Amino acid sequence: MKHSSFFWFVLPSTVLMLLFIAMPIVSVVTQSFYTAHEQVILEVENCGPFGCTQETSVDQEATAALREAEPLGKFAGFDIYTDRNHLAFGEVAAAWVKSDGLPDFGSSLMNLPFYKALGFTLTYTAIVTPLTIVLGFIVAIAVNAVAKSLRGPTIFFSLLPMIVTPLVGSLILFWMVDARGILGTGLQWLADDPNLSVKASTGLMWIMLMVYGVWHAAPFAFVVFYAGLQTVNTDTLESAMVDGATRWERIRYVVVPHLMPLVTFVALIQLMDNFRVFEPIISFQASAHATSLSYAIFNDLGGETRLLSSAAATSVLTIIGIGILLSPVLVRTWRDFNR
Amino acid sequence: MSSIATKQTPTVKILANGFLIMWLIVAAFPFLWTLWGSFKVEGDFFSKANWANALFGTLTQSETGGSFTGAGYYGAWVQEEFWRAVMNTTIVCVCVVTISLTFGTLGGYALARSTYRYAFWFLLFALMFRAMPPITLVSGYLLPFFEWNLWGRLSTTIIVLVALNQPFTLWMLHSFFKNIPQDLDESAMVDGCTRFQAFRHVIIPVMWPGVITTGLFSFLLAYNDFAVTSMLLSKENQTMIPKIASFLGTTQTKGNVMFAVSAVVSATAPLFVMVMFFQRQIVSGLTAGAVKG
Amino acid sequence: MNLKTLAASCALIASAGASWADCGIEAGRVNIIGNEFPAIQTIAAEAAECATGGVTIEANLTADHQTLNVAGMSGNPAEYTSAIVANSSIVALINEDVIRPLDDLVAEFGADIPQRQKITVGGKVMAIAFMANAQTLAYRSDVLEQVGLDVPTTYEEVLAAAEAIRAAGIMDHPVGGAYAAGWNIAQEFNNMYLGHGGKFFEDGSANVSINNPQGVATLEVMKALTEYMNPDYLTHDSNGTQAEWEAGNVALMNMWGSRMQNIMDDEGSEPQVYENTKVGGPLMVGDSGVPASTLWWDGWTVSKNISDDDAAATFRSLAHAVSPETLTDDTMEQAVWLIDGYKPAPVSEGVLAAVKAGTAPYPMLPYMGLLHTALGDNVADFMTGKESAEQTLADIEAAYTAAAREQGYIK
Repeated sequence: MKHSSFFWFVLPSTVLMLLFIAMPIVSVVTQSFYTAHEQVILEVENCGPFGCTQETSVDQEATAALREAEPLGKFAGFDIYTDRNHLAFGEVAAAWVKSDGLPDFGSSLMNLPFYKALGFTLTYTAIVTPLTIVLGFIVAIAVNAVAKSLRGPTIFFSLLPMIVTPLVGSLILFWMVDARGILGTGLQWLADDPNLSVKASTGLMWIMLMVYGVWHAAPFAFVVFYAGLQTVNTDTLESAMVDGATRWERIRYVVVPHLMPLVTFVALIQLMDNFRVFEPIISFQASAHATSLSYAIFNDLGGETRLLSSAAATSVLTIIGIGILLSPVLVRTWRDFNR
Repeated sequence: MSSIATKQTPTVKILANGFLIMWLIVAAFPFLWTLWGSFKVEGDFFSKANWANALFGTLTQSETGGSFTGAGYYGAWVQEEFWRAVMNTTIVCVCVVTISLTFGTLGGYALARSTYRYAFWFLLFALMFRAMPPITLVSGYLLPFFEWNLWGRLSTTIIVLVALNQPFTLWMLHSFFKNIPQDLDESAMVDGCTRFQAFRHVIIPVMWPGVITTGLFSFLLAYNDFAVTSMLLSKENQTMIPKIASFLGTTQTKGNVMFAVSAVVSATAPLFVMVMFFQRQIVSGLTAGAVKG
Repeated sequence: MNLKTLAASCALIASAGASWADCGIEAGRVNIIGNEFPAIQTIAAEAAECATGGVTIEANLTADHQTLNVAGMSGNPAEYTSAIVANSSIVALINEDVIRPLDDLVAEFGADIPQRQKITVGGKVMAIAFMANAQTLAYRSDVLEQVGLDVPTTYEEVLAAAEAIRAAGIMDHPVGGAYAAGWNIAQEFNNMYLGHGGKFFEDGSANVSINNPQGVATLEVMKALTEYMNPDYLTHDSNGTQAEWEAGNVALMNMWGSRMQNIMDDEGSEPQVYENTKVGGPLMVGDSGVPASTLWWDGWTVSKNISDDDAAATFRSLAHAVSPETLTDDTMEQAVWLIDGYKPAPVSEGVLAAVKAGTAPYPMLPYMGLLHTALGDNVADFMTGKESAEQTLADIEAAYTAAAREQGYIK
């Protein structure tokens, strides 16, 4: 394809992505290198319906000139990246020196907000992604064997976890796993422990978040694989059968290789989405037990005072993390592209 | 598919069907429970006393006199005028899907046909763009949007959703177009068509299945989006999901959770019709497209 | 009850053109942003009555108001001419310098506004408050009667009552509280810490100092209370706690005054529960003499970056909204109003008792929000037994200090 026609064809998408994604990314990266100006604090008397108290306030006149001169704030270099709420170089080094043995170092590391969030994020990504793919694949195989007339409703019901908005879907599941909810009671009965509570234990909370993650994402993998199954060459299957291949061998040597490119596609999207896990932590009120990088960003932006630079730094670290995570898949795509 | 290769022994059939039934229960149970519970009062639906209350409606009996109540639906649709949100969602979804697909097919086609390296780098950057957490992006939009008086409008939200969804759309459509034989449009160009004419007259007629599949994912994204719509839309332009969120209450005051539950149930019904209608296309679409990556 | 007023106030907003009040405004644009709950809906609806041919009055009431208000008031002219805020959230607007002092407007148009409604910062009126809120005790009179105890006034008595209720086999988890990790548990820490006579910061500076005996005592009382709470307490926000109450699982809890109406009405619970639900005053802890609670107000502000006409129109329409006529039979129960002519209902006794007992207002400090976030992220680590109290407090201080440094409050 000629350069000029390529240019015109991709122009609309490019303009949109540059305007709404690339430019914000540039500004976010810039933001992450600046902190707010030093605030001039005044002691003032504040009065209201409940009497007067001696408090402090920001001296607007004194800071206005500073803001005028440098609207971005004070240049801080990598200070925000290395402070305690992010990579915490100083704290990590101190913990390394002080710790006796790796487990001790690990636990001091997990006490730092960024590493705590990263720990859960990586575990979640590593467990949910393969399980989603496997579950989606098995469901696809099973649906593919159903009579044609039943497939429509079957597909709809299989899609439900993806369709029902997480806002309310997780609210209902959250109630169900409560110690008095239907699933919670069921679990107590299964474990034969009337005091078992999913929400009170960190381990069970992690498991619940991951089960929810698989449940919510499996339909996506299912739809993609189900469609892929429609193109499996029946001639190949038949000749494999004539050669005496068992059903398992046929799946292993014919179906799976055929679906490999789809697995790559689903893995790519799922790795990315799982690394940005956020919604379940909010809806399940799980932040006492598990936090993620996206949750950290939300927390920075959602307080009474918004920490813009901190959120920007975490966002940049998220992108870098995803880049590292996806690099094997991308290298593969690069090879395919050059072939 | 009726060949002997797909014939199954009875045990395999039972196993497969047993697994499928289990999956369907797991997938649909929370929704069916919600459907049933949406006709109860909140004290029953989120019963902290006994979960069986949600089945039998003990409090519903004592509060309303019957075991079922339509109060949630009445509250959401009549009192809170949920239909306005439904109309806004319809507008947003239709526009997002149309614009996404128009831009996406053009771009995806070019990416699939270009043999230069920059096409790969283009795709790679698109992918890294998708890695950006949406909350950061949205909070960055607020200031300029307010400044230029773009905030609160449906059109702004539509464009933002299209832009955020563009990387996914491009990747999916790119792999779809890779599977349409190159001879098709090249022979048309030999016959004297320009690149765009070839695209218009030769490619468009064969691309529908893939486009519909991609469109379905775009639709679900626009339909279920909360991060963008809750931040960028004014009250009168609110779509369904932020509207549902506003039923849930705040720290200091209680919301009307049953409104939210009923609204979610009623919002799922049209999707059932849609999935039934498009399920063939989903399948044939992905079949033709993403299979070879 | 809630639904009706909500619907009524929505209808009022919608029909703003129809019901018309003479506020004497000739021209201007008013656009209000604020949280959405019935009392604020009422204020917005009342303000909308001032709309005339030359005056447009709009409102955007949403739970996301805090994210939107700074951005929406930063442009020139600002999209929003007024933000409805609380004492915790006004500081963000003052920090960003987007709201104007109201002294000139008060002098010109606000003769009727009583002094107690004026929020002054360093002598300048920055906001006009219209309602108050506080967390106080809610208790089940029947349960306390059964165990033969008086209504507790201190957390020590709460613990004793909880033990008695449990020992009598009435309830397993008789204590409730919004202890969800994040904002809620941080707020409970604030209450308890103030109740112990603690100070959050070194005087006149942004240097935090909570790693002290009061801080440790605070965490220990909280932990002692959680022994009597449902084991899921770290996931119970106000909604969750209220649900526990209405299910009859809880007999004593510290709850927002604005939610008392909900637990005392006949929706959501058995008669046994709602008929015996009573509101008490704020609880004390230790011997500091300060209640373990905070006082809150909600009020309105006027944007800085708007024309004088718009500012005057905003001020006058909102001044109309907080005039005594706003209080009707329908709106009287929506909040503890600070407006003249408010007649207290039984549900608001708690908040009024908190005011009388000398409860401290939530600190209006530029960096309090940062500490609140740091508390919310870390207090749970002590509750789950992962860390010692000292370690938790040290973590909170470290997290706060990093954030405050980024914001320029600490060098």
